[in-house]
Amino acid sequence: MLSIGIDSGSATTKGVLFDGENIIEKILVPTGANPRKTIQQVHENLSKEEKIFTVTTGYGRNLLNGSDKSVTEITCHGKGAAFLDENIRTVIDIGGQDSKVILLDRNRNILDFLMNDKCAAGTGRFMEVITRILQQDLCELDDYVVGHEPIKISSMCTVFAESEVVSLLAEDVSGASVAQGVVHSICDRTAVFSRRLPIEGKVFFSGGLAQLKVMQSTLEDKLGLDVVTHELSQFTGAIGAAVIGHDKLKMLNHSTK
Amino acid sequence: MEIKKELPEIFEGFSEARKNGFIAAKAFKEQNKPMIGTFCTFMPQELPLAMGGATVSLCATSDETIGEAEKELPRNLCPLIKSSYGFGKTDKCPYFFFSDMVIGETTCDGKKKMFELMGEYKPVHVMQLPNNPTTQESFDYWKKEIVLLKETLEKTFGIEINDEQVKEAVRLKNRERTALKEFYSLGQLNPPAISGTDILKVLYGSTFKFDKEDTIKEVSALTKQIHEAYEAGEKLEQKPRILITGCPIGGVTEKVVAAIEENGGIVVFYENCMGAKAIEDLVDETTEDVYDALAEKYLKIGCSCMSPNHKRFEMLDRAIDSYQVDAVVDVVLQACHTYAIETMNVKTFTNEKKGIPYMSVETDYSTSDVGQLNTRMAAFIEML
Repeated sequence: MLSIGIDSGSATTKGVLFDGENIIEKILVPTGANPRKTIQQVHENLSKEEKIFTVTTGYGRNLLNGSDKSVTEITCHGKGAAFLDENIRTVIDIGGQDSKVILLDRNRNILDFLMNDKCAAGTGRFMEVITRILQQDLCELDDYVVGHEPIKISSMCTVFAESEVVSLLAEDVSGASVAQGVVHSICDRTAVFSRRLPIEGKVFFSGGLAQLKVMQSTLEDKLGLDVVTHELSQFTGAIGAAVIGHDKLKMLNHSTK
Repeated sequence: MEIKKELPEIFEGFSEARKNGFIAAKAFKEQNKPMIGTFCTFMPQELPLAMGGATVSLCATSDETIGEAEKELPRNLCPLIKSSYGFGKTDKCPYFFFSDMVIGETTCDGKKKMFELMGEYKPVHVMQLPNNPTTQESFDYWKKEIVLLKETLEKTFGIEINDEQVKEAVRLKNRERTALKEFYSLGQLNPPAISGTDILKVLYGSTFKFDKEDTIKEVSALTKQIHEAYEAGEKLEQKPRILITGCPIGGVTEKVVAAIEENGGIVVFYENCMGAKAIEDLVDETTEDVYDALAEKYLKIGCSCMSPNHKRFEMLDRAIDSYQVDAVVDVVLQACHTYAIETMNVKTFTNEKKGIPYMSVETDYSTSDVGQLNTRMAAFIEML
């Protein structure tokens, strides 16, 4: 029994093929300007000859014609995180255009959540904008910033922060210190935002930025809690969707027997 | 014989009331009767009614004139204030145009200062509303303000308003409140008889009708018709039952209701000013001094501009039980500080005292956040 989960995010589209225990295949592609086409391609790539139950999530969750169910990214991130680490009660996801904090109960159900979707300054997009100015590859940020002290970025807005960064560079501040400053700025915001919910225990960190060690350790400092991530953390939403799909399949099979 | 209309047609009729109200307002004015523009539920409608006038809400609900308003008002201000000011300024709102006078109250800081600017191009009278609704001093002060409003109306329109006329108006408004309350109490039925979208159409539309007797008759007939249909088996599917509280909604902010009802929920109760906040409690008809009765009723409105604001929580407490509410959605308009800060208390109350989930959403009069609202509401309903 297989299921497909696809997370059509603002920056990247992620898809996984799931057999109920393991992730058999995974795909990650940039969403680009045509999310409908992208989600279809990801679906085709994961499809097999047999009919597979497909669950879609993310901002483009309603764009796939072959989708059997669409579920919001909040629920999927919660389910996905609980699948990757079953002791998790708190999930922090920093996505391309929003960030979210999700609390789970013992049964892996969503207890409460908060979403920041008003402003880019606490999201992956901010990092993307700044690394572009610094002409650095986002994926290699860990090596780039190592050993550099953060410089304080005070602007509360991505657009203004961008000009602040440009002036800092003009004052000969090193690019690596600026990048550290941005990491601290995003983590500060995320920590303050997360504290609005009674978070505790181990925090599961997902989203593209969770791939960066420096993000994980800085967030850990700011929160004062253990922050864990997973090599598949970028696929958390897609995995959650696939898990929900598989549960659904089990229920369907059960009721037809 | 009156032709009985189908329910959807009646709901549309109410939602058209605002547009068609232009003609109704013009016809009303042609009878040489005064029309009073209002901004808040704190304004005792009984007084304009007592002098044969009508009231109309000038709280605007679209972003059409916000650009114009921002020439004079700060950007980071509540959209309701900006929009209302802009409609007045640009003469795009027929109701503003037809209003002989505008009555404001010192509710929130934004409105209070906006009225100063509005006063430059429209006759505006501002009632000084006390902040603490629990003290005798506040009561006395508010009663004086109500009497002052009566005197201002008398002077402005060259008439006299006697106590008997006010008492008559109290009885009429109470009958209207009762009719509206019986209507929105349909929300208690489970499985539901009516969607939240339709409840709002009627509540909002009824504020643009100028003959109270007509409103009472129409709303009561509608309630009866829905009850009969319900008894005959016309019931809606059972869904998670949502209570909406917070800032005023209507017009473009109906997007929140749409986001709830398109994603698997149903709105069963509105605590906002367009809903139960000012309708639920009647003016006491037995009080000897009618101004005591008015002061008592209007000071009890559970708006976040009050401190302490126990009344809001008392209403939430009752409504969550009697409407069998599964979750609470608190709508906050951008830059509304009092409602935004009070979200903390409402969340604690909802989660801890009532043991049900709570979500607050901040929004404005644009449609740019419709996608995000849908995601939030869908996720919220998935978790129920």
